[in-house]
Amino acid sequence: MSNIPAELRYAATHEWARLEEDGTVTVGITDHAQGALGDVVFVELPELDIDIQAGTEAGVVESVKAASDIYAPVSGTVIAVNEALEEAPETINEDPYGSGWFFKLRPSDTAELEELLDSEGYGEVAEKESH
Amino acid sequence: MTERTALYAEHLAAGAKMVDFHGWDMPLHYGSQVEEHHVVRKVAGMFDVSHMTVVDIDGSEAGDWLRWLLANDVAKLERPGRALYSAMLNDEGGTLDDLIVYRRDGSWRLVVNSATREADLAWMGSKLRGDVTLTERPDLAMIAVQGPAAFLRAAAWLGDTAEAVQGLKPFGFLEHGDRFIARTGYTGEDGFEVILPAKAAAVAWQALLAADIAPAGLGARDTLRLEAGLNLYGQDMDETATPLESNLAWTVAWKPAERDFIGRGALTQQRERGVPRWLVGVKLEVRGVLRRGQQLYYDGRMVGELTSGAFSPTLGAGIGLARIAADVDAAELEVDMRGKALPVSRVKLPFVRRGERV
Repeated sequence: MSNIPAELRYAATHEWARLEEDGTVTVGITDHAQGALGDVVFVELPELDIDIQAGTEAGVVESVKAASDIYAPVSGTVIAVNEALEEAPETINEDPYGSGWFFKLRPSDTAELEELLDSEGYGEVAEKESH
Repeated sequence: MTERTALYAEHLAAGAKMVDFHGWDMPLHYGSQVEEHHVVRKVAGMFDVSHMTVVDIDGSEAGDWLRWLLANDVAKLERPGRALYSAMLNDEGGTLDDLIVYRRDGSWRLVVNSATREADLAWMGSKLRGDVTLTERPDLAMIAVQGPAAFLRAAAWLGDTAEAVQGLKPFGFLEHGDRFIARTGYTGEDGFEVILPAKAAAVAWQALLAADIAPAGLGARDTLRLEAGLNLYGQDMDETATPLESNLAWTVAWKPAERDFIGRGALTQQRERGVPRWLVGVKLEVRGVLRRGQQLYYDGRMVGELTSGAFSPTLGAGIGLARIAADVDAAELEVDMRGKALPVSRVKLPFVRRGERV
């Protein structure tokens, strides 16, 4: 069973979003997603300072199995990317909710966070896919 | 309903992620396929390859029959205890399968791919001659033990035969009790493959596990064979490609000229007219992963596509095999990756040999 922290918000496309104290949003992929992908061997991070819309492509994660697009769970401006992943993409497998984070956004509308799934809702999505 | 090997319970006990592989429930990995890859390159790992099809061939005319059935020449096997890699072709020179043929004392054994099992058996059955008989051996299991420390770690399990096994030359084999042990593999590393009764497989697996030989799944097996420049049937070759188009010209025994084998006429014609496509190694020159099906371009022209692609754990780069037009001799090509043109270079195979990049 994969780990789905209660304090995060989730997109059905397997990204998690965390609202930080400074009002920014950190984004990564879920434990369920990294488990389904297998060993991650390559990431394509978004460019800094670009504006992205919720639900649009923000990067790519490639595992031994397949390439998967990463979508922005909320709209905003990319203010940081986790460059360490370029040299150590396996961090996504090892610590998906911590040092395996993907990028940070300054959200254009924090209300969008409320439209995301909570841990229970995402747990149902992950459960369905496992069968 | 998928089939299970005699080691199914061992895979579950080792935490395997199981997948349907051509109708067999097989381990993809036991946690991390990249780690399993490195363990085989650096130490020793083992693979359950019991899904592969073992066929015993008997009859006084079996040797002559195999000389006609296969593109390589079993007459090269001068004595029992030697084995040979060969393609089996159709009349058009297309590759029906690749296999290993073992010369035993008075009989022969073939190990063919599981995905082609039914087609192979039907083909061979339709070609039978004289007193030749085929006996499939679903009562057997097969374990591949691979890596630089394979013999060292397996020494206790090999017991009395350890020295004799280690003394085998590549493609040599011996039979001892119910064990059939060959110095063969599909990883580019040293090691051996053992064929043994299915009912003895779990005990063997447990003993090898206790000797610190790590279980490795189909995922690692695929990246290891690709680094070693070894083709996978159904991807890098199939009925639509001859061995000459599959980097397997070395497995076609043209001499003696009087030996007729199935497909010889078509291959001869292709060789005379010119082989239209090659199978070559390619390496992605920027970070990323090559995938089967991606198209290659030279000077704006589509010149071929990848038949296999992966991220090479040893090289830390995307690598692949590609079938490209034979008139392209450029060393630098481009691959279309999700609409972006990225540089790839042609690389002499293998990518990796005995743990080292070549």
